[in-house]
Amino acid sequence: MTTDTTTRPKGSEVTYTPQDGLLLEVEDLHVEFHTPDGVANAINGISFSLHQGECLAILGESGSGKSVTAQAIMGILDMPPAVIPQGHIRYCGQDLLTMDPEQRRKTRGPEVSMIFQDALSSLNPVFPVGWQIAEMFRVHRGMNKSDALQQAVALMERVQIPGARDRVKAYPHQFSGGMRQRIMIAVAIALDPAVLIADEPTTALDVTVQAQIMALLQELQEERQMGLILITHDLGVVADVADRIAVMYAGRLVEKADVADLYAAPAHPYTRGLLESIPRLDQKGQKLSAIGGLPPNLMRIPPGCPFNPRCRMAQDVCRRDLPLLREVAPGRLSACHFAEEVINA
Amino acid sequence: MPEVVLSAQNLVKHYPIRKGVLKRTVGQVKAVDGVTFDLHKGETLGIVGESGCGKSTLGRLLMRLEAPTSGTVAFQGEDWSGASGREMRRLRRNIQIVFQDPYTSLNPRMTVGDIVGEPFEIHPDVVPKGGRRKRVQDLLDLVGLNPEHINRYPHQFSGGQRQRIGIARGIALNPSVLICDEPVSALDVSVQAQVVNLMEKLQDELGLAYVFIAHDLSVVRHISDRVGVMYLGRMAELGEEDEVYSRPTHPYTQALLSAVPVPDPTLRGKREQIVLVGDVPSPANPPSGCRFHTRCWKAQDICSTEEPQLVLRPDGHGEHLSACHFAEAREVVQTVDVSDREPDTRFSTLDVGDIPGLDTGPDGVVEEHSDLLHDDTARPPRDTTRLVDEEPEGPRAR
Amino acid sequence: MTEAAVTEAPEATSRGENPVDAGPPRSLAGDAWRAMRRNPLFWISSVMILVFVLMATFPSLFTSTDPTEAILQESRALPGQGTWFGRDIQGYDIYARCIYGARASILVGLFTTIGTVAVGGTIGIIAGYAGGIVDTLLSRLGDIFFAIPLLLGAIIFLVSLPATNNYLFIVLKVVGALVVLGWPSLARLMRSSVIQVKPNDYVQAARALGASPFRIVRAHILPNAVAPMIVVATINLGAYISAEATLSFLGIGLQSPAISWGIDISRAIVGLRTTPHMLFFPSLFLSLAVLAFIMLGDAVRDALDPKNR
Repeated sequence: MTTDTTTRPKGSEVTYTPQDGLLLEVEDLHVEFHTPDGVANAINGISFSLHQGECLAILGESGSGKSVTAQAIMGILDMPPAVIPQGHIRYCGQDLLTMDPEQRRKTRGPEVSMIFQDALSSLNPVFPVGWQIAEMFRVHRGMNKSDALQQAVALMERVQIPGARDRVKAYPHQFSGGMRQRIMIAVAIALDPAVLIADEPTTALDVTVQAQIMALLQELQEERQMGLILITHDLGVVADVADRIAVMYAGRLVEKADVADLYAAPAHPYTRGLLESIPRLDQKGQKLSAIGGLPPNLMRIPPGCPFNPRCRMAQDVCRRDLPLLREVAPGRLSACHFAEEVINA
Repeated sequence: MPEVVLSAQNLVKHYPIRKGVLKRTVGQVKAVDGVTFDLHKGETLGIVGESGCGKSTLGRLLMRLEAPTSGTVAFQGEDWSGASGREMRRLRRNIQIVFQDPYTSLNPRMTVGDIVGEPFEIHPDVVPKGGRRKRVQDLLDLVGLNPEHINRYPHQFSGGQRQRIGIARGIALNPSVLICDEPVSALDVSVQAQVVNLMEKLQDELGLAYVFIAHDLSVVRHISDRVGVMYLGRMAELGEEDEVYSRPTHPYTQALLSAVPVPDPTLRGKREQIVLVGDVPSPANPPSGCRFHTRCWKAQDICSTEEPQLVLRPDGHGEHLSACHFAEAREVVQTVDVSDREPDTRFSTLDVGDIPGLDTGPDGVVEEHSDLLHDDTARPPRDTTRLVDEEPEGPRAR
Repeated sequence: MTEAAVTEAPEATSRGENPVDAGPPRSLAGDAWRAMRRNPLFWISSVMILVFVLMATFPSLFTSTDPTEAILQESRALPGQGTWFGRDIQGYDIYARCIYGARASILVGLFTTIGTVAVGGTIGIIAGYAGGIVDTLLSRLGDIFFAIPLLLGAIIFLVSLPATNNYLFIVLKVVGALVVLGWPSLARLMRSSVIQVKPNDYVQAARALGASPFRIVRAHILPNAVAPMIVVATINLGAYISAEATLSFLGIGLQSPAISWGIDISRAIVGLRTTPHMLFFPSLFLSLAVLAFIMLGDAVRDALDPKNR
């Protein structure tokens, strides 16, 4: 994969080799947005890593910072207003944040790639889809037009677009939502990235299409041993595909665990509350209970634990001291003063 | 069985497709194509289906925001598809609607008091002028909002709070029926439960009947007494919640249920997945016979020639309405009865109030996060493309 | 989504109040006003407009010279030779004429704006709200007027009306010409913003409640659709001032003895090379007046739509 230098873009002498399968390492990342009305602390020190062939889910509600995390890794944050005051994002040991911009640009596509929620607005409406896929090969690999188009057709077939050869000249609006998402996946994996970030890839899709797309993503990940970061708010999708899960709240990681452990016994009151508040298809007579209140305004995150105003377990210490992410059981990290109590509840 | 409050008979809505300079009608988008059901007093009828199945159009037809091409809607036996202006106004008191998008359903230039009080302005005889402010405050209190916030504007509230305001407006005239068009799908998971619980509480207290239109099958199962599954403008299956979810007989319902992810990793790989091939056909040119036959694994010759009727068909235990020639119950989701399980109140609450003070800024106002930071919440699917070349005229074609 | 645009700014207006108690209501108009107050462009343009309005209403505050007093022997006197701005070819005091000329410009600008807003706005709302055949008819009607070149149309219009010496009537003639030719642009704008607002769910909710069309337009559509028209009407006010000057320059707008910057500019052409000050000062006043309204329009736009900043 990543060692296959022969197919790498012309002019890019740099090769990236993962050490012990470690692809991506995010360390103490902070992101602020400087707006006319003040500073919004979107991400407040998050750390996680991603290995080859692993699917890490980042779960959070709106405003939790999960999408900002993805954009920071991709390097597509608008700066300004965004500022990254501290932190590291290491790809195969090299810090993307201190990298020469031109060199970093060249990592987008062949090394790290991303698919978005809204496929219609992510594809250019004035060019045929085949052309847009082929462009990746032309620009990054210097292929000629017909070769690139051949590759595009092959890729469209790979993402299971029926009649790919005939539809290569069709425009994005001529495809259904699910097919567009497949095309976007084709564009994203065209250059064999080692890391694929999927930001709410199925949120805008119908449930039957959602199942197809998630199956395709899993298949491609397995086939290419990609590291997949799945950003979502959907606890159901996470349960189906992720290996590990990181729960975000107000720009912090509040819990990190293997998927099975987390669903069996959440170690943070927020995760626990979320699981209680979703209606389940396989249960009847379920009493739905809710987490009261709302996530905090990122310009005024409360002191202490950011979840404390909504937490029904909160004590004085929670309003005073920020709980750090710590290991509360083997392989289980939680940022709660009372994590042991929660996990055994 | 309690009395029928709302009854739809063979409801049809076709949008003409016009083309060319002369705007000749070249075809019809068959958004709703013959839907019949009864809604009983105090019950919740869930309507599920994927985008383009016509469920939102159905809601607008029931609400009489659009005139049906044919068919009737009757409120307590009184047909209101042909009602005069005066009768219509009177009937509108009994049927109200809650919209999906809490951001566009409230007029940004009116105060909450004006928004919730507007029904009384339009129907001045309901509450005498002097008592309106009090009544509005009572309504805000009822939906769990601080009655003192009556002079604030919608943008000073969060999405969940705005949805509560929309509900308060909907119940202001004491309707018997509330049509809810995706009322929680634009809300965050943790807020969604608050609003669902509130709606259940209001139903118990006010005896409301809900038509709950949604694409989220889990939410619909939770809130509904009966459920209708729509596909391409028609009802594929209709029955009690347990019948449709535990013993679905229509292949489409089965495929739909099998595709819903369940938040339980221990079920990974153990659940039966029915993967449908292809996309939903265009409602402008629906398949002949059974509309689902192009994607159905059970399809036989009869399916493409003869339209299956929505009639009672056996489901193993009893029988319920299903529109499939080869209706056969199949348990796609293993249902666990958890009605005796109480949620752990250390982490969450069954309280429906909008817990004050928790979510507020220094001035007690919930501020929206800046757009920069606002991740998109789950919007229900909107597949506009299929209609691109044959976009229906009229207000739906936004 | 203007409402989303305006909610973008969380503003801590009353720090330290009881957090549970009702905070201050903040209307969108109030937010716009607060944003506008912070904009220096708004203050500069407002002060300029205020000065011009004062000139128009109380010219004697600025000068005690009679603008119709011709001192022919001092014809073409340069600035500083007894007067601030010099004298023109007739021996009129240019400063006084600039001051008195403001009245015609402001009156024409103001009346034309009121007229186009009333006519264009109403037709735009009807076309946008009714849709269908009404919309088609009104839109085509607008297109017909839109297609007439402004100058040609104004010339025909003004020439066909009887001549008069009544000042107000002369002004209203010019206003009439500009309104007849100017309403379609505002009607188009209003129509498109009504069409944008109409499908919003709050309009549907009002329909579902049984509200009358009049109520829906008044309470829901108009307040949410009027913003773009306010901006364009403000900017257009400047444009109408310059249109008045153009017509007067050509001799078909205001005519002597009325005083107008356009007339003065026209008369100054003879001395373009030898005595350019005769041309410069009325032109300067005209430009400043037009600029003031365009700047105000920009400030209003910034306040109403913070995303454009």
